[in-house]
Amino acid sequence: MNQQGVRWTSEQVLALAPDDASRKAGNRLGTAGPWSGAGSSGSGAVWGLCKGSGSKPYQTVVDTTGPAYKCSCPSRKFPCKHALGLLLLWAADEEAVADSTTPDWAGEWLEGRKKRATDKEQSDAGAEQPAKAGDPEAARRRAERRAARIAAGATELEQRMADLLRGGLASAEQSGYGLWEETAARMVDAQAPGLAGRVRELGAIPGSGPGWPVRLLEECALIHLLDAAWLGIERLPEPLAATVRTRVGLTSPAEGPPVRDHWLILAQYDSSDSKITTRRIWLYGQESGRTALLLSFGAAGRSPQQALPVGLMIDAELTPYAGAGQLRADLGEQFGPPVPIGSPPPGGPAAAAVEAYGRALRDDPWLDSWPVTLSGVIPSPGASPGRHPQAGEGWQLADVEGESALPIAPAALSRPGLWKLAALSGGDPVTVFGECGHQGFTPLAAWSKHAAETVPLI
Amino acid sequence: MTSTSLWEELVTSALLGTDRRTPPPEAVTPGKDAPTALLDAAALHTVRRRAGLLPAPAAARPEPAPHDARPQLPAPARRRLAQLLTDRSAPSAGGRRGTAPDLTELLPQWLAAANAHEYQAPPSVLPALLDAARARTDLRPQALTFAGPRGLWLARLNPEWKFALRGASGSATLPDVGDPEAVQRLWDEGLFAERVALLAAVRERDAGTALALLAATWSTERAEDRLMFLDSLRTGLTDADEPFLEQALSDRSRNVRATAAELLSALPHSALAGRMAARAASCVSLDRGEGTTGIGVEAPHECDADMQRDGVMPNPPSGRGERSWWLGQLVEAAPLSTWPGRFGGRTAAEIVALPVADGWGDELHAAWCRAAVRQRDAEWSRALLGAPGTPPETSPGTTSLAERAKLLATLPEGERAGWVAEFIAAHGLSEAFQLLGVCAVPWAEPLGRAVVDALDIARDAGSYPWSFSGVMGLAERCLNPGEASRLEILTTTPPETEGASPGAGGYWSEAFQRLVSTLRLRATMAVELR
Repeated sequence: MNQQGVRWTSEQVLALAPDDASRKAGNRLGTAGPWSGAGSSGSGAVWGLCKGSGSKPYQTVVDTTGPAYKCSCPSRKFPCKHALGLLLLWAADEEAVADSTTPDWAGEWLEGRKKRATDKEQSDAGAEQPAKAGDPEAARRRAERRAARIAAGATELEQRMADLLRGGLASAEQSGYGLWEETAARMVDAQAPGLAGRVRELGAIPGSGPGWPVRLLEECALIHLLDAAWLGIERLPEPLAATVRTRVGLTSPAEGPPVRDHWLILAQYDSSDSKITTRRIWLYGQESGRTALLLSFGAAGRSPQQALPVGLMIDAELTPYAGAGQLRADLGEQFGPPVPIGSPPPGGPAAAAVEAYGRALRDDPWLDSWPVTLSGVIPSPGASPGRHPQAGEGWQLADVEGESALPIAPAALSRPGLWKLAALSGGDPVTVFGECGHQGFTPLAAWSKHAAETVPLI
Repeated sequence: MTSTSLWEELVTSALLGTDRRTPPPEAVTPGKDAPTALLDAAALHTVRRRAGLLPAPAAARPEPAPHDARPQLPAPARRRLAQLLTDRSAPSAGGRRGTAPDLTELLPQWLAAANAHEYQAPPSVLPALLDAARARTDLRPQALTFAGPRGLWLARLNPEWKFALRGASGSATLPDVGDPEAVQRLWDEGLFAERVALLAAVRERDAGTALALLAATWSTERAEDRLMFLDSLRTGLTDADEPFLEQALSDRSRNVRATAAELLSALPHSALAGRMAARAASCVSLDRGEGTTGIGVEAPHECDADMQRDGVMPNPPSGRGERSWWLGQLVEAAPLSTWPGRFGGRTAAEIVALPVADGWGDELHAAWCRAAVRQRDAEWSRALLGAPGTPPETSPGTTSLAERAKLLATLPEGERAGWVAEFIAAHGLSEAFQLLGVCAVPWAEPLGRAVVDALDIARDAGSYPWSFSGVMGLAERCLNPGEASRLEILTTTPPETEGASPGAGGYWSEAFQRLVSTLRLRATMAVELR
């Protein structure tokens, strides 16, 4: 191991790719052929010139401690294929990307990053008080105005829900998306994006197959619960009130006391709708035993900037947000480059996972799932070959001892990651990290007992 | 009312509408309007149900995969494999361009090398590996060997990978060939593919045992199985196999008889070879005319029952004369050692150079070519190939590229490479593709140099590289990776000369860059697998 820590594995690099196309394109550039002047520094910087279609090669720099990327190509993907290719080359070929002196063009950007980080630290240290002090009276009045608008929105939504139930959910099947889109737009006007998002999702339920009325009633009831909670928020205990504010869509900055720990990077995946790409990164604190979620966003078609290599561990500070199960956090300062993890997070049996989800619902009844690690479970594809799977007979993760199992969530069934999980296990127990909820379990990463290596299942 | 049926009541009211169906009074808080009361109750029920979830009962768990005793891949090779498997989509129809190596084309080579080292596949790549093998049949044997017992275990769980079970040679499930009981059991009860694999494995260790195994059940095997078993004797054929094959000459199945005859004729000391030699010799003789010495041919006039028993097919394909058809078969099956004695002690080269009377030359030479290939006779192959530099039409031997490729395969590796190198130097690349295919990989130095020189000449002649994309692709996969630095000089773009195709220089430089970077990558791959 040199002073910049180990080089990443190609899986870790590929896990950073914003989509399949960039994964493939980056992979093609992950050989010495198109690169010249590639090198790396002791402090985690990697750079190189990549021959493109034009006469001038693209200049690509990566700061692996961030990680952060810079490339002179016009791509809107983040990281772009050149950054991915460069990292793959760095991961695989120590000769092609050897330690050397930083060229000027790369040095400028790296210096700039360092300077911005220092400036930010100083301003954070110095400017925090005045910013808060700004004009407390005006800020309070703004907050009150917004709360009133949201309350008006929630009241209107309640009215619409009541109308819907008076007429019957069956009518929702005919009215399709239009009804919900319009209602969602009203909630956006009311400055309650959380409500708007939940309402928009209702539109998809009537077309979601057998049992839709049950699911629609459940989701309507939870929206009603959120409306009622907002309208009576002054009577709620503060932690629950914070959760309600977050669920409605009022974001407050992360302000919990920072937690420094060795954080295992367990999983990273994106989901997107027409307007925004949301990236989730799951971390587990080795000393604190805390699981944390880093959320980052990108405008449509643009991947979020934050990306961490799955399977490594960072010594870093996280600042938690209030409410919503205390999971969400912001990444603060990192102390040194990522290093490989020694062992997976500790886990429990299937029953412990559903219990953990159940407990988490006390703090946040709107939770769809809760992050858990299962240990000693055997994945099984359920239905034997040649037979059609019957209800409840699909994929599941079964405890190696006892008779309990977790069904795999329907949304995860079409992912190739399940087969990777089966291959990794080979019928023997494995450790699996994932999200456990009322829909079932969504596996995100796994470890076999033979190797500490993290296998991403996205 | 239980909470389940209460919930069902709530759903029914919600579905129909509270105006039409009032929710059950015990479900809702009094004093609220019906829809709100229904939503309150539904919210309570939903959260309670979610919070009270229990695990599901476990279904049958899969049997554990068999143990794979092969050593783990070294970490760098693991990463390389992941890289090769990420980009396994077929190359775009627009042809391969650019300077980056074509990773898809390197996968077969990587798999062969990993199998030569007997590494086991990392479990997490098995799905990608099986998917790749599903899409490309040429990858299957190597991919399945590499995937090993766990790969087969996984393939059983997913109908999309059924092909793996069909194609499995069973090498993963073969018993120890030193264990006679286990061998006998598999031979008696195994699937056909398993039995073929077993026969090959036993034969490799002890040919006599294998033959005894086969002979014991021979009469009860189906005709197509007999044919396949017989065919598997082709590898490691020796004189010890003769009695068995001689017996198979009177088999019920014509195809089995023909195969037995073919195998016997490849044994120069067999009785069948002797009979064929006598027949062939009676047809072909030294013909001393006025001042010239040549070969006279008198093709057989009939195909009698003995000839047919020895595997001669009586009926020619349409368009061929009966007598030349029979002659060809006799000469093909006769040991080549027959001829020097028949022609006054002349060597193969001298015999091939003799003129042949009455236009029988092509027929006779073609039959000798087949005999040389069947008997793997290097001296005759050499004679029939002729000198690589002579223009094909004036060569005494064969002019067909397909026949030449087969003849070349009987020569030692070094000589083969040398012959093809001289052929390319004399005739260029346009006809070399088929011949290059039979050369050992990586190409020997003179061959590699000849190919690169010929590509360089093609560039100087001003043509486009894609006219040579087949050879270029072969060169990327077959050139010795050690040549990379020597080729660096070709990657510069030359100034455009008059008469050259526009822009060709740039494309050639790109093609050579790809060649060099592919060679570098192959060298790295080999090191990573060590």
